[in-house]
Amino acid sequence: MKVRVLIRLKPGIMDVQGAAVQRALGGLGFADAHGLRVGKLIELDVDAATPAQARARADEMCRRLLANTILEDYAIDVESAERLAPSAEVR
Amino acid sequence: MRFGVVVFPGTWSDCDFHYVVSEVIRQPVKYVWHRERNLDDLDCVILPGGFSYGDYLRAGAVAGRSPVVEALPEFLARGGLVLGSCNGFQILCEAGLLPGVLMRNECLQYRCQSTHLIVDNVDTPFTRALRPGQVLQMPISHGEGKYHVDAETLRTMRQRNQIVFRYATAEGQVTKAANPNGSLDNIAGIVNEEGTVLGLMPHPERAAESAMGGTDGLLLFHSLLGSLVEDGTFSKR
Repeated sequence: MKVRVLIRLKPGIMDVQGAAVQRALGGLGFADAHGLRVGKLIELDVDAATPAQARARADEMCRRLLANTILEDYAIDVESAERLAPSAEVR
Repeated sequence: MRFGVVVFPGTWSDCDFHYVVSEVIRQPVKYVWHRERNLDDLDCVILPGGFSYGDYLRAGAVAGRSPVVEALPEFLARGGLVLGSCNGFQILCEAGLLPGVLMRNECLQYRCQSTHLIVDNVDTPFTRALRPGQVLQMPISHGEGKYHVDAETLRTMRQRNQIVFRYATAEGQVTKAANPNGSLDNIAGIVNEEGTVLGLMPHPERAAESAMGGTDGLLLFHSLLGSLVEDGTFSKR
Protein backbone atom coordinates (compact mmCIF):
# COMPACT_ATOMS: atom_id res chain seq x y z
CA MET A 1 0.00 0.00 0.00
CA LYS A 2 1.44 3.39 -1.00
CA VAL A 3 1.82 5.74 1.90
CA ARG A 4 2.87 9.36 1.95
CA VAL A 5 3.98 11.07 5.11
CA LEU A 6 4.11 14.85 5.18
CA ILE A 7 6.30 16.22 7.95
CA ARG A 8 6.11 19.86 8.92
CA LEU A 9 7.63 22.02 11.63
CA LYS A 10 5.01 22.77 14.26
CA PRO A 11 3.38 26.19 14.11
CA GLY A 12 5.40 28.62 16.19
CA ILE A 13 8.73 26.86 15.62
CA MET A 14 10.95 29.26 13.74
CA ASP A 15 11.89 27.88 10.32
CA VAL A 16 15.19 29.57 9.47
CA GLN A 17 15.54 27.49 6.31
CA GLY A 18 12.09 28.57 5.11
CA ALA A 19 12.89 32.20 5.86
CA ALA A 20 16.10 31.96 3.80
CA VAL A 21 14.27 30.38 0.85
CA GLN A 22 11.60 33.07 1.03
CA ARG A 23 14.29 35.78 1.00
CA ALA A 24 15.81 34.13 -2.08
CA LEU A 25 12.41 34.18 -3.80
CA GLY A 26 12.13 37.86 -2.89
CA GLY A 27 15.50 38.41 -4.54
CA LEU A 28 14.12 36.86 -7.73
CA GLY A 29 11.25 39.32 -7.72
CA PHE A 30 8.65 37.12 -6.01
CA ALA A 31 7.72 39.75 -3.47
CA ASP A 32 4.27 38.14 -3.31
CA ALA A 33 5.62 35.00 -1.53
CA HIS A 34 4.95 34.92 2.21
CA GLY A 35 4.93 32.49 5.11
CA LEU A 36 7.22 29.98 3.37
CA ARG A 37 8.04 26.89 5.44
CA VAL A 38 10.08 23.87 4.38
CA GLY A 39 8.96 20.34 5.29
CA LYS A 40 9.62 16.78 4.20
CA LEU A 41 7.68 14.33 2.08
CA ILE A 42 8.37 10.65 2.69
CA GLU A 43 6.92 8.04 0.33
CA LEU A 44 6.93 4.35 1.10
CA ASP A 45 5.16 1.06 0.47
CA VAL A 46 3.66 -0.67 3.49
CA ASP A 47 2.64 -4.32 3.48
CA ALA A 48 -0.90 -4.13 4.82
CA ALA A 49 -4.31 -5.66 4.11
CA THR A 50 -6.31 -2.48 4.55
CA PRO A 51 -5.65 1.25 4.32
CA ALA A 52 -6.44 1.56 8.04
CA GLN A 53 -3.77 -1.00 8.84
CA ALA A 54 -1.23 0.80 6.64
CA ARG A 55 -2.09 4.08 8.34
CA ALA A 56 -1.63 2.59 11.80
CA ARG A 57 1.78 1.19 10.88
CA ALA A 58 2.87 4.50 9.33
CA ASP A 59 1.71 6.30 12.45
CA GLU A 60 3.94 4.08 14.56
CA MET A 61 6.86 4.69 12.17
CA CYS A 62 6.35 8.44 12.53
CA ARG A 63 6.30 8.32 16.29
CA ARG A 64 9.36 6.10 16.53
CA LEU A 65 11.60 7.53 13.82
CA LEU A 66 10.24 9.54 10.91
CA ALA A 67 9.16 12.62 12.87
CA ASN A 68 10.54 14.28 15.97
CA THR A 69 7.31 15.25 17.68
CA ILE A 70 9.03 17.87 19.84
CA LEU A 71 9.44 19.92 16.67
CA GLU A 72 7.38 18.35 13.95
CA ASP A 73 3.79 17.46 13.08
CA TYR A 74 3.05 14.75 10.58
CA ALA A 75 0.17 13.85 8.28
CA ILE A 76 -0.32 10.42 6.74
CA ASP A 77 -1.93 9.83 3.39
CA VAL A 78 -2.72 6.27 2.26
CA GLU A 79 -3.52 6.06 -1.41
CA SER A 80 -4.25 3.38 -3.94
CA ALA A 81 -1.55 2.64 -6.51
CA GLU A 82 -3.65 4.05 -9.37
CA ARG A 83 -4.13 7.43 -7.76
CA LEU A 84 -0.41 7.83 -7.08
CA ALA A 85 0.76 6.68 -10.52
CA PRO A 86 1.73 9.50 -12.85
CA SER A 87 -1.08 10.24 -15.25
CA ALA A 88 -0.43 9.17 -18.85
CA GLU A 89 -1.70 12.54 -20.01
CA VAL A 90 0.96 14.44 -18.10
CA ARG A 91 4.11 15.05 -20.09
CA MET B 1 38.13 3.86 34.59
CA ARG B 2 37.21 2.04 31.38
CA PHE B 3 36.02 4.17 28.49
CA GLY B 4 34.28 3.14 25.30
CA VAL B 5 34.22 5.45 22.29
CA VAL B 6 31.28 4.66 20.01
CA VAL B 7 31.86 4.66 16.27
CA PHE B 8 28.96 5.09 13.85
CA PRO B 9 29.34 5.28 10.09
CA GLY B 10 30.17 8.98 9.72
CA THR B 11 31.58 9.62 13.20
CA TRP B 12 34.61 11.89 13.05
CA SER B 13 35.71 12.78 16.61
CA ASP B 14 36.24 9.16 17.71
CA CYS B 15 40.03 9.22 17.23
CA ASP B 16 40.29 12.53 19.12
CA PHE B 17 38.40 11.18 22.12
CA HIS B 18 40.37 7.93 22.01
CA TYR B 19 43.62 9.93 21.95
CA VAL B 20 42.66 12.12 24.92
CA VAL B 21 41.57 9.15 27.04
CA SER B 22 44.55 6.93 26.19
CA GLU B 23 47.36 9.49 25.88
CA VAL B 24 46.33 12.46 28.01
CA ILE B 25 44.42 11.03 30.97
CA ARG B 26 45.95 7.57 30.43
CA GLN B 27 42.92 5.42 31.03
CA PRO B 28 41.90 2.17 29.30
CA VAL B 29 39.77 2.86 26.24
CA LYS B 30 38.39 0.95 23.29
CA TYR B 31 36.32 1.68 20.22
CA VAL B 32 32.74 0.37 20.31
CA TRP B 33 31.08 -0.32 16.96
CA HIS B 34 27.48 0.93 16.67
CA ARG B 35 26.10 -2.61 16.34
CA GLU B 36 27.50 -3.62 19.74
CA ARG B 37 24.99 -4.25 22.55
CA ASN B 38 27.38 -5.53 25.18
CA LEU B 39 28.79 -2.66 27.28
CA ASP B 40 29.53 -4.77 30.35
CA ASP B 41 33.24 -3.98 30.55
CA LEU B 42 32.81 -0.19 30.42
CA ASP B 43 32.32 2.58 32.99
CA CYS B 44 31.84 5.51 30.64
CA VAL B 45 30.51 5.49 27.09
CA ILE B 46 31.38 8.44 24.83
CA LEU B 47 29.27 9.36 21.81
CA PRO B 48 31.60 11.55 19.70
CA GLY B 49 30.84 14.19 17.11
CA GLY B 50 30.48 13.72 13.38
CA PHE B 51 27.67 13.02 10.95
CA SER B 52 26.40 9.60 11.95
CA TYR B 53 24.53 7.96 9.07
CA GLY B 54 25.06 11.20 7.14
CA ASP B 55 22.62 12.92 9.52
CA TYR B 56 19.92 11.61 7.16
CA LEU B 57 16.33 12.46 8.16
CA ARG B 58 17.50 14.58 11.14
CA ALA B 59 20.85 14.97 12.91
CA GLY B 60 21.31 11.91 15.13
CA ALA B 61 17.92 10.40 14.21
CA VAL B 62 19.11 7.09 12.75
CA ALA B 63 21.99 6.67 15.22
CA GLY B 64 19.54 7.33 18.06
CA ARG B 65 17.85 4.00 17.20
CA SER B 66 21.04 1.95 16.77
CA PRO B 67 21.84 -1.18 18.83
CA VAL B 68 24.52 0.50 20.94
CA VAL B 69 22.21 3.39 21.85
CA GLU B 70 19.39 0.96 22.65
CA ALA B 71 21.79 -0.70 25.11
CA LEU B 72 22.45 2.57 26.97
CA PRO B 73 19.45 2.54 29.37
CA GLU B 74 20.58 -0.80 30.78
CA PHE B 75 24.19 0.44 30.93
CA LEU B 76 23.02 3.51 32.88
CA ALA B 77 20.85 1.40 35.17
CA ARG B 78 23.88 -0.53 36.33
CA GLY B 79 25.82 2.65 37.12
CA GLY B 80 27.45 3.66 33.85
CA LEU B 81 27.97 7.23 32.63
CA VAL B 82 27.36 8.56 29.12
CA LEU B 83 28.96 11.64 27.56
CA GLY B 84 27.76 12.86 24.17
CA SER B 85 29.47 15.74 22.39
CA CYS B 86 28.19 17.50 19.26
CA ASN B 87 26.57 14.77 17.14
CA GLY B 88 26.62 12.65 20.31
CA PHE B 89 24.40 15.26 22.03
CA GLN B 90 22.04 15.21 19.03
CA ILE B 91 21.90 11.40 19.21
CA LEU B 92 21.12 11.41 22.95
CA CYS B 93 18.25 13.85 22.39
CA GLU B 94 16.90 11.83 19.47
CA ALA B 95 17.09 8.67 21.60
CA GLY B 96 15.11 10.36 24.36
CA LEU B 97 17.95 9.96 26.87
CA LEU B 98 18.08 13.75 27.15
CA PRO B 99 15.15 16.18 26.83
CA GLY B 100 14.76 18.50 23.85
CA VAL B 101 16.19 18.56 20.36
CA LEU B 102 18.93 20.31 18.38
CA MET B 103 17.86 22.32 15.37
CA ARG B 104 19.59 24.07 12.51
CA ASN B 105 21.64 27.07 13.68
CA GLU B 106 19.62 30.25 13.61
CA CYS B 107 22.31 31.96 11.50
CA LEU B 108 22.06 29.03 9.01
CA GLN B 109 25.86 28.88 8.94
CA TYR B 110 28.00 26.00 10.06
CA ARG B 111 29.88 27.44 13.05
CA CYS B 112 33.43 26.32 13.70
CA GLN B 113 34.86 28.63 16.36
CA SER B 114 35.98 28.98 19.93
CA THR B 115 33.23 29.60 22.51
CA HIS B 116 33.09 30.50 26.17
CA LEU B 117 30.83 28.49 28.46
CA ILE B 118 29.60 29.42 31.91
CA VAL B 119 29.23 26.48 34.27
CA ASP B 120 25.80 26.36 35.90
CA ASN B 121 25.91 22.93 37.57
CA VAL B 122 28.98 21.45 39.25
CA ASP B 123 27.00 18.71 40.94
CA THR B 124 27.47 16.06 38.26
CA PRO B 125 30.20 13.44 37.72
CA PHE B 126 31.21 15.40 34.60
CA THR B 127 31.63 18.80 36.28
CA ARG B 128 32.73 17.97 39.81
CA ALA B 129 36.16 19.55 39.28
CA LEU B 130 34.65 22.88 38.24
CA ARG B 131 33.47 25.95 40.18
CA PRO B 132 29.96 27.37 39.80
CA GLY B 133 30.17 30.35 37.46
CA GLN B 134 33.54 29.26 36.10
CA VAL B 135 34.08 30.19 32.44
CA LEU B 136 35.53 27.53 30.15
CA GLN B 137 36.80 27.91 26.61
CA MET B 138 36.00 25.13 24.15
CA PRO B 139 35.52 24.98 20.39
CA ILE B 140 32.25 24.23 18.63
CA SER B 141 31.88 22.80 15.14
CA HIS B 142 28.30 22.26 14.03
CA GLY B 143 25.46 23.31 11.77
CA GLU B 144 22.64 22.08 14.00
CA GLY B 145 23.25 23.11 17.57
CA LYS B 146 20.30 25.32 18.40
CA TYR B 147 18.81 23.70 21.47
CA HIS B 148 15.03 23.68 21.70
CA VAL B 149 12.65 22.33 24.30
CA ASP B 150 9.08 23.20 25.28
CA ALA B 151 8.61 25.83 28.00
CA GLU B 152 7.28 23.42 30.60
CA THR B 153 10.18 20.97 30.22
CA LEU B 154 12.62 23.89 30.40
CA ARG B 155 11.06 24.96 33.71
CA THR B 156 11.44 21.43 35.08
CA MET B 157 15.02 21.26 33.83
CA ARG B 158 15.85 24.51 35.62
CA GLN B 159 14.27 23.25 38.84
CA ARG B 160 16.31 20.06 38.63
CA ASN B 161 19.47 21.96 37.75
CA GLN B 162 19.85 20.04 34.47
CA ILE B 163 21.36 22.93 32.52
CA VAL B 164 25.11 22.54 32.88
CA PHE B 165 26.78 24.83 30.32
CA ARG B 166 25.60 28.04 28.66
CA TYR B 167 27.29 30.11 25.97
CA ALA B 168 28.68 33.29 27.51
CA THR B 169 31.25 36.03 27.03
CA ALA B 170 34.81 35.56 28.28
CA GLU B 171 33.67 37.41 31.41
CA GLY B 172 30.79 34.98 31.98
CA GLN B 173 27.96 37.23 30.78
CA VAL B 174 25.16 35.25 29.10
CA THR B 175 24.36 37.47 26.12
CA LYS B 176 22.71 37.09 22.73
CA ALA B 177 25.98 38.03 21.03
CA ALA B 178 27.76 35.16 22.84
CA ASN B 179 25.21 32.66 21.54
CA PRO B 180 26.66 31.14 18.35
CA ASN B 181 23.61 29.21 17.17
CA GLY B 182 20.46 30.76 18.61
CA SER B 183 20.18 28.12 21.31
CA LEU B 184 17.29 28.54 23.75
CA ASP B 185 18.52 30.27 26.93
CA ASN B 186 22.09 30.04 25.47
CA ILE B 187 22.08 26.33 26.40
CA ALA B 188 25.27 24.50 25.36
CA GLY B 189 25.09 21.40 27.56
CA ILE B 190 22.59 19.56 29.76
CA VAL B 191 22.33 16.44 31.91
CA ASN B 192 19.49 14.00 32.46
CA GLU B 193 17.54 14.03 35.70
CA GLU B 194 19.97 11.63 37.39
CA GLY B 195 23.05 13.56 36.21
CA THR B 196 24.50 10.45 34.58
CA VAL B 197 24.12 11.52 30.93
CA LEU B 198 25.81 14.70 29.71
CA GLY B 199 25.21 16.14 26.26
CA LEU B 200 27.04 19.23 25.03
CA MET B 201 27.60 20.80 21.63
CA PRO B 202 31.19 21.98 22.33
CA HIS B 203 34.15 19.63 21.92
CA PRO B 204 36.02 18.96 25.19
CA GLU B 205 38.34 16.57 23.35
CA ARG B 206 39.57 19.45 21.18
CA ALA B 207 40.62 21.44 24.25
CA ALA B 208 42.65 18.87 26.12
CA GLU B 209 46.29 19.81 25.55
CA SER B 210 48.03 23.18 25.39
CA ALA B 211 49.05 22.34 21.81
CA MET B 212 45.33 22.37 20.94
CA GLY B 213 45.06 25.95 22.19
CA GLY B 214 43.50 25.17 25.55
CA THR B 215 42.98 22.53 28.20
CA ASP B 216 39.58 23.43 29.67
CA GLY B 217 37.98 20.35 28.10
CA LEU B 218 40.29 18.20 30.18
CA LEU B 219 38.48 19.39 33.31
CA LEU B 220 35.50 17.24 32.30
CA PHE B 221 37.71 14.17 32.17
CA HIS B 222 39.33 15.07 35.51
CA SER B 223 35.83 15.43 36.98
CA LEU B 224 34.97 11.94 35.76
CA LEU B 225 38.08 10.43 37.31
CA GLY B 226 37.44 12.36 40.52
CA SER B 227 33.93 10.91 40.70
CA LEU B 228 35.16 7.37 41.07
CA VAL B 229 34.76 6.00 44.58
CA GLU B 230 36.46 3.09 46.27
CA ASP B 231 34.20 0.31 45.08
CA GLY B 232 34.71 1.40 41.47
CA THR B 233 31.27 3.02 41.15
CA PHE B 234 30.64 6.73 40.68
CA SER B 235 29.78 9.22 43.32
CA LYS B 236 26.40 10.53 42.17
CA ARG B 237 25.15 13.98 42.97
